[in-house]
Amino acid sequence: MASGKGLNIIEIVKDSALTAFVIAALALPFAGFRLADSPTGLSIDPRLNWVGYAAAIAFFGRLVLNIAQGTFLPKLSESFSIGSGHMGQAVQRYMFWIGLVLIVFAIALPFMPFSSRYVLDLMIVLLIYVMLGWGLNIVVGLAGLLDLGYVAFYAVGAYSYALLATHFGLSFWICLPLAGIFAATFGIILGFPVLRLRGDYLAIVTLGFGEIIRVVLLNWYTLTNGPDGISGIPRPSLFGFMEFTRRPKEGQVAFHQYFDIPYSTEHRFIFWYFLILVLALFTNFVAMRLRRLPVGRAWEALREDEIACRSLGINPTNTKLSAFALGAMFAGFAGSFFATRQGFISPESFTFIESAIILAIVVLGGMGSQVGVVIAAFVLVLVPELIRELQEYRMLAFGGVMVLIMVWRPRGILSFREPTMRLYPDKGRGDES
Amino acid sequence: MSNAPLLEVEHLSMHFGGLVAIGDLSFIAHEREITAIIGPNGAGKTTVFNCLTGFYKPTVGRLTLHHPSGKRYLERMDGFQIPRNSGVARTFQNIRLFPQMTVLENLVVAQHNMLMKASVFSLAGLIGLSRYRNAEKEAVDLAKYWLDKVGMLDKADWDAGNLPYGDQRRLEIARSMCVEPCLLCLDEPAAGLNPKESHELNELLMHIRDSHKIGLLLIEHDMNVVMEISDHVVVLDYGRKIADGTPEEVRNDPSVIKAYLGEEELPEEVARDLGVGQGDDDDA
Repeated sequence: MASGKGLNIIEIVKDSALTAFVIAALALPFAGFRLADSPTGLSIDPRLNWVGYAAAIAFFGRLVLNIAQGTFLPKLSESFSIGSGHMGQAVQRYMFWIGLVLIVFAIALPFMPFSSRYVLDLMIVLLIYVMLGWGLNIVVGLAGLLDLGYVAFYAVGAYSYALLATHFGLSFWICLPLAGIFAATFGIILGFPVLRLRGDYLAIVTLGFGEIIRVVLLNWYTLTNGPDGISGIPRPSLFGFMEFTRRPKEGQVAFHQYFDIPYSTEHRFIFWYFLILVLALFTNFVAMRLRRLPVGRAWEALREDEIACRSLGINPTNTKLSAFALGAMFAGFAGSFFATRQGFISPESFTFIESAIILAIVVLGGMGSQVGVVIAAFVLVLVPELIRELQEYRMLAFGGVMVLIMVWRPRGILSFREPTMRLYPDKGRGDES
Repeated sequence: MSNAPLLEVEHLSMHFGGLVAIGDLSFIAHEREITAIIGPNGAGKTTVFNCLTGFYKPTVGRLTLHHPSGKRYLERMDGFQIPRNSGVARTFQNIRLFPQMTVLENLVVAQHNMLMKASVFSLAGLIGLSRYRNAEKEAVDLAKYWLDKVGMLDKADWDAGNLPYGDQRRLEIARSMCVEPCLLCLDEPAAGLNPKESHELNELLMHIRDSHKIGLLLIEHDMNVVMEISDHVVVLDYGRKIADGTPEEVRNDPSVIKAYLGEEELPEEVARDLGVGQGDDDDA
């Protein structure tokens, strides 16, 4: 193998030739012959050119890989992947500006020329996942409690809004905080029995909790309408007085009438888009702020060492429950937004795969990193959308992307922990240089 | 023994199933004194600490702490309440820092309860009231004071996990002092330190005793440390107290010599160097 220091061309060619030979030997029985229908029955057609293609691909692939390993690949991986993240650190340094640019772009997006209903719809889905990722980041990234049933709180939020709105006619703006409170309550209910558990054991119990919620939603027919779901969930209005409909109800003014612009279905999408953007940014703001406050530091300390926390007088029960409750609350907000956007919800939207994707967003993004969550959500939500042409290979490619990210950056895309306070803010990190 | 008693341990017993880890232990630790608990490995020293700091519930016994604001019965409290309400802080035999947090953050986390109160459970901080900012500034000042005392002011922004071993030991002591305790329990603070570091540690502990008027409980195998700085020594063997007194008295106590080295009569030089070869293994 010529993966050593210098470039030894002869070694490399030899190695590539050997690879090509192995591939050719394997390809001969697999791809070298083909059964063909002939008038006298089945016959075997030789297809040796395929074997030749395979060998050639293997030869040149191996050649390129070997040369890359001898030249730029080690440097690349050094600067890009190995270590806890020079890239993360660089990103961290300009975090404020990156965040600002992202936010400005997000605000300007609906007015861009390429913006369409499709783009907005996609961005809304993306932002829901970003918000869920930021919420789960409190539980997993900061408090270190591995939660595999996060979607349960999302479901509680969605059903709270759906039921309150359809049965009692409460408006979205009243239901939103209520949904958050309900979800937080469920967070505490889940929190109590799992207080003593950590890591894998906690993950299993939260997984069970997520399934319990889903199964209850499925079977409590009188309340939740079971698998048929709840339909006709009211759309939100602009702070309760302007609807996004062509013909508003008696005595009300619709958005387009008020501003005297032609009616367009896109208005409602733009409104939804901004609504979820504000909700997500609110989640981010609260999470980032709490991190620098006593409770946030206690979460991180609890993640690091629970016994040490107790010896310092930190109440582990309350600290864990507050993390569960807050994480759940944001899932509840996201859930009620989801319900109002879909107009129809059923237990099918809240399966385990949703929890897994949200967790994957947090882990791929780099635990505790807020911008990392955005990038990971982009990858995990947009990639399946962009590679729709691949059809049945879509999920294969999706899985491949996840594997690649984890191989390149085992601790997540941005895995740099910014201290919550510094004594010498101007100096770099003393232990790094 | 002119100082007032700070901690009274009366008839403390701790059983694990049939195993008697501590049997009927009574002793008194005084304010402004360093009380050392020594004994061979497995004598139950760390178990005493775990009972005092609420990690274990004692099977029998009363642990009375004479806190400035009244008596506290430690055996009735939950683990986290003891440092919070009674001011008993501890360090661990195997260092327990928050390795991914910075040195400064470690010290600020130790002041969690003060900050929580000041920030009304972080709510005041969330909306940015000055009340919380002032409290946080005070917390940083206290952290700076202790960093200065342990000589780590320049390393305040390091990740705690990246510190050299000796610094980690000292940081853990600084962190427990940030709880502002009236009783500090140190579980083998000198383990793994070189002679110079060990000497600095002695200075630090004596400074804590003399300038901060608190009591220290010390588990230690390094007899040089014990004999040099402790005012009062309690010797345990198989969970029972076999000697109690000044370092001088304990050093010459035949039952202590027997516990450490067996039956034979020993020359005095050997007795003086008692326990130097005891190492720093586990003794829970």
